[in-house]
Amino acid sequence: MFGYSGKVLHIDLTERKTWVEEKTEDWYKLWIGGVSMASRLCWENIKPGCDAYSPDNPVCIANGVFAGTPVPVGGKYGLASKSPMTGFIGDSLSGSWFSIALKRAGWDAVVIHGASESWVNVFIDDQRVEFRDATKLLGLGTFETEEAIREALADDQVRSATIGPAGEKMVRYANVTNDGRQAGRTGHGSVWGSKKLKAVSVRGTHGIQVADPKTLNELSFNITKEAQGPHTSKYRILGTSTNVLNLNKLGLLPTRNYQEGVFEGVETISGEFLHEHNKVKTIACAQCPIACEQMSMVKAGPWTGAMTGIEYECLFANSSNLGIDDINTAIKLIHIADSSGMDAMSMGITISWAMETFEKGIFKKEDFKCEKFPEGFELTFGNSEAAVATAEMIRDREGIGKLLGEGTRIASLTIDEQRSSETYKWAMHSKGLEPAGYEARGLKTFSLGSAVGTRGPCHNRTAAYDPDIQGEVDRFSVDEKRGMLAKDTEEYAAVYDTLPLCKFIRRCFTGKADRAGAWPTIVKLINATTGWDLKYEDIDPIGERAHTIKKAFNIREGWKRSDDTLPYRWMHDPMTKGPSAGHFTSEEELEYMKDTYYEAKGWTKEGLIPKSKLIELGMPDVAEQIGV
Amino acid sequence: MTTTTSKFKNIECDPDLCIGCQICEYVCSYTKTGEYNTYRSRIRTVRVDEVLITAMACRTCDNAPCVTACPQDALSQDPATGIIHINAQKCDACAWCVEACDFGAISINPESRLAEICDQCEDQEDGPQCVLWCPKEALKLTTPEQEAQKARREALKSIKNEVLPKIPLKETTC
Repeated sequence: MFGYSGKVLHIDLTERKTWVEEKTEDWYKLWIGGVSMASRLCWENIKPGCDAYSPDNPVCIANGVFAGTPVPVGGKYGLASKSPMTGFIGDSLSGSWFSIALKRAGWDAVVIHGASESWVNVFIDDQRVEFRDATKLLGLGTFETEEAIREALADDQVRSATIGPAGEKMVRYANVTNDGRQAGRTGHGSVWGSKKLKAVSVRGTHGIQVADPKTLNELSFNITKEAQGPHTSKYRILGTSTNVLNLNKLGLLPTRNYQEGVFEGVETISGEFLHEHNKVKTIACAQCPIACEQMSMVKAGPWTGAMTGIEYECLFANSSNLGIDDINTAIKLIHIADSSGMDAMSMGITISWAMETFEKGIFKKEDFKCEKFPEGFELTFGNSEAAVATAEMIRDREGIGKLLGEGTRIASLTIDEQRSSETYKWAMHSKGLEPAGYEARGLKTFSLGSAVGTRGPCHNRTAAYDPDIQGEVDRFSVDEKRGMLAKDTEEYAAVYDTLPLCKFIRRCFTGKADRAGAWPTIVKLINATTGWDLKYEDIDPIGERAHTIKKAFNIREGWKRSDDTLPYRWMHDPMTKGPSAGHFTSEEELEYMKDTYYEAKGWTKEGLIPKSKLIELGMPDVAEQIGV
Repeated sequence: MTTTTSKFKNIECDPDLCIGCQICEYVCSYTKTGEYNTYRSRIRTVRVDEVLITAMACRTCDNAPCVTACPQDALSQDPATGIIHINAQKCDACAWCVEACDFGAISINPESRLAEICDQCEDQEDGPQCVLWCPKEALKLTTPEQEAQKARREALKSIKNEVLPKIPLKETTC
C-alpha cells in the first residue's frame, strides 16, 4: 500500500500501554484521512454518551494522504474528539510539520485513550512510544512548549502538538497548537487538559514512497508555480484579513457582539492597514507554497512586541466585534489567545457577550475585580484595556474569567439563572459554538449552513456564504434551492478537509474552483500517491461520507432536529444599519430551509439518516446503530 | 584560515523571502534518494523563532574545513566549482566533517554510512532542483560577490526616483 502504512497507533494514558491496529486498504478507501478518518476513529473508539472530559472520550489524530509529499498544502492532519463546547463531534484541522513527522514515523493515525494521573508528554519516536513527565512544561506557552521539548530531546526535527496554559486550566475553548498553527475550534485543548496530556511529540525518520512519483512531482510542480499567481494573491499579500473591508461593504462585518454588520472604525482594523503598519513577515505551513500567515507585531503602546499571525476570523472577533478600532489591541488579544492556546474566535465572542451584558447593566464593575484591578473595571464596547484585562482573566481563570472561559452558552445560562436576566438573547452561539465572522442575517443560505453544521456554525465546514455573496441566489430571501446549496457546499468542503488539502489552493488546479475544475486534478493526485484507480465520480462520495459519519456521531449522542438552530439574535433582531439592514432569519424561514436541506441529503424530515443511505455510503455498521 | 569565498557558487537563501515551507527538502531528498524524507535532504530549513527562517546548504568554502578535517582523505573539493566530493571507498562515517562545518551542511546517512552534502545537482540537466522548485524564488545558485553586486545596484536603484528628476538626462550609448 502506498500513501499509508496501514497502521493506527493506540495509546492508553491510564494504563500507559500501547497497541497497534491494522486497517485494510478498503477502510482507507472509505475514510481517506483528515477529519473524515479522525471522525470515523472517534465513532469506533468513543463510549457513546460519555462526558467530553471523561477518559472515555478519545483524542483521534488522523493524518493526511499527501502529508510528507510535495503535493502543495497537503501537510495537514485532522483531530477529533467529542467536543466539550457542543457535546457533538469536535473536528479540527491543523497544518504543518507535525503531520509530516507523524507520516514519516509510520502512523496513519493515533488514538489516545484514558487519562493520565500526572502531566504527560507522549513522545512517538518512530515506532517507539515514551511517556515523558511534563511537569516542567507546565505554564509554558504553546511555542515555548515546542521549543522546550526540542531542547530536552536535543533534536530540532521533533514536532509537537501542545496545549498552553489555557488548556492546562481547561478553558473550555482551549485549542491544540503545533508549529504555530492551531487545531483551533471546538475545545480540543480542554479535552487534552482533562487527560493531563500536555503534548504529543513525534520524530519520524523514514522516507515516504508514493506509487507514481514522476506524475506526482509533475502535478505538484505545476500547482506550486500556479500558486504564485492571481488565484492566491488574496491569501499571499494581505491574507484573509482583506475580508474586513469587503464584508463591511456588504453590511456583514459582525460589530459589537453581532448587533450590526457595519463598523465605523473599519479603516484602522483592515487587512490593508495591518499590512502597512504591523506586518513583519509572511510564513507558510510546511509543504505550502502559498504562505498566508501574516505575522504581525504591536509596534507602539503598552503591548509593544506582542506578535502573532493574524487572519480574518480571529481579527473580526477581537476588533469590530468588540467595538475596538485599534489594531494593536486586536493583535494583543489574539496574541494572548494564541500563546496560551485558546480559540481566539470563541474568546472574542464571549468577551463581546460580556460587553453587551455590561452595557445592559447586568454585569457591574465589581464583577470584574481582579489582582490587577482590585475595584474591577468597566467592560464597555471599545474599551481596549478592559478587553485585554478580561482576556487575561480568562487565560488565568481568575475571577469572572472562570465563567467566561466556559464559552458563551454556559456563561449566559449561568448568569440568566443567577440574575434572572435574558442574556441568552445576545449569546452568540449555536450548539454551544460561537459562529464565524459572517453576519448570517444578510446571508440566508449561509444561515442554513450555519444552523445544520455538525460542529456548530462554521465558515470552514460549509461555504454556503459563497452562493449568497457571489449573487448566485438572492442573499436576503429563501427558496427551495437552499437545501441543495447547503449540501453541495458542505460536502465540497468535506473533500478538502478529508484529504486534507488547504482550500486556498482550490483555484490553482485549473483556475476554476468548482468540482469540474478541481476534482480531475485531485483524482490524479490521489492515484499517483496511492496507486489506486479512483475516478472523477468517486470524489463526491468522499465528502458525503465524511459529513455523514459526523452527523451519525451526533445522532448517536442524542442530536435532534431542534439542535439545528441559530443564535437567538440571528432569528429575532433585524440589523438597523448598512446594506443588510432589516434582515434576519425567522423561525419559519429556517424550518423551511431545513426541510429542503434534509430532503437534499436524502434524510428523513426529522433529519435522521435512512439505513439504505448509510449502506450506500459503505457503513453498514453505522446503519445498524443509528439508521432508520 | 579563511572559510568563506566569493569564488564559488553555492545555494543561497534570502531569509526575507523564505517562508519555511520545506519544499526544497522534499525535492532534494527525492532527487537524491527517490524518497521524500527531509532527514535525507542536503538543504535544510531552519526556524529559530516564529519569524526567523532560512534554508542552508553547503557554502563551498575556500579551504573547506570539512576537507581538512577528514582523517581518511575521503573529501575533496573540485577546484573549478568548489563542490565537495565524497569518496565512498574512503568515507567511514566518522562525522568529523559534520562537526567541522560551521553551517551544519553535512550529515551522515545512517543506511549507506556515508557523508552527504549538497552537490548543486551537478548531474541534473536543469541544475539545482531546490532552486527550480522554490515557490518564492528565495533560493539561488550564486556567489557572494554576485549578490554583493546586485545589492549595490539595488541600493542605487532605490534612490533613482529622487535623483533622476534633478539630473538633466543625456542621450548615451554606453
